Amino acid sequence: MREREDDWTALMRAAISGDGAAYHRLLKAVTPVLRAAAKRGLARAGQPVDQSEDIVQDILLAVHLKRHTWDANAPFAPWLFAIARNKLIDSLRRRGRRVFVNIDDFAEVLPGEAAPETAPATEVAAQLQSLPVRQRQVLQSIAVESASIKDTAKKFAMSEGAVRVALHRGLASLTAKLREH
Amino acid sequence: METDQLIRTLAADTRQRPWPVGLVLAVALLAAGLVSIAMFSAALGVRPDVMSAMHNPFFDLKFVVTLALASSAIVVGLHLSRPEATLRGWAWLLLIPLLFLAGGIGCEMLLPQPVPMMTRMIGKNWSVCLVAIPALSLPLLAAALIGLRHGASTRPAVTGAIAGMLSAGLAATLYASHCTDDSPLFVATWYTIGTALLAVIGAVAGARVLRF
Repeated sequence: MREREDDWTALMRAAISGDGAAYHRLLKAVTPVLRAAAKRGLARAGQPVDQSEDIVQDILLAVHLKRHTWDANAPFAPWLFAIARNKLIDSLRRRGRRVFVNIDDFAEVLPGEAAPETAPATEVAAQLQSLPVRQRQVLQSIAVESASIKDTAKKFAMSEGAVRVALHRGLASLTAKLREH
Repeated sequence: METDQLIRTLAADTRQRPWPVGLVLAVALLAAGLVSIAMFSAALGVRPDVMSAMHNPFFDLKFVVTLALASSAIVVGLHLSRPEATLRGWAWLLLIPLLFLAGGIGCEMLLPQPVPMMTRMIGKNWSVCLVAIPALSLPLLAAALIGLRHGASTRPAVTGAIAGMLSAGLAATLYASHCTDDSPLFVATWYTIGTALLAVIGAVAGARVLRF
């Protein structure tokens, strides 16, 4: 457990200094843990666990857009779980439930615990449709068609810088829309 | 969108490094500070006898108190902009301005005073003070909320209240240079009322705008 969290911290340090591959590995590594915790939280609140994937995506977006609030000298896991807890409470509240989120939901996860079947997330996909055309096109190109920034730039006759800006703005407004929603 | 697709998208967006919260807060406060200074110069202005007032330690103490309030609130506010932060171990910083104030009141009590205590406390400018500090605070409060919104506070109302205290501390620093009431009793009464008001406004606003 401690070892795993040290790995996360090291990956996040690399990610903050611009290592996209380390960042990708980190997000892949934390996702099953977040998913298991989200399912536990939903079950505890008497909610259907098939909404867990929406919560996971909500957490991942927040982690991404707030990553500058992580102190590189501090361990990564407490920061991650604070964001995750906040997002879980928020989404349960929006569903009109009294909320009891146990800190342990995020603290102890059995190592090898895999999430067998995963319900599809619908909220991000739905909000994607309400983004400005350019942002939506760029997001879809990179997310769904797994095109690189370079290829996306070529496809839409944009500069790579403009693609990056559209990508970043798209993610930010997606998060804002999820919050209002 | 599949979660794997989202992850790939997030990993593609790493080139731009977001500004640290402290920097956004500093820029926002500087800009709002100019607005508040303009408001202050237009409506109030520095008191005419400021040069001789500076020799009065009780005049100077006003700035020690207001700047201590502003800086401790900035430190605590920035701390709370991290999601895993709690107030534990940090809240005492907010007592520093009160300690200066209590010390000032104590000193004043020990010195012979020509004016009775109640008169010093009520002062001449309490009504101006009650309007000026909140009014000068509002642009600064907006800036503090913008800055802290860049962070990720998991206690939005508390952080909003701190933003209110921060803005009141800075606004009171301006106001203190106008006001001719230098008694620490006056400061403890009317400045505190203004600060408390701003803390409440900040908490209400923060609960709405500081959620992430």
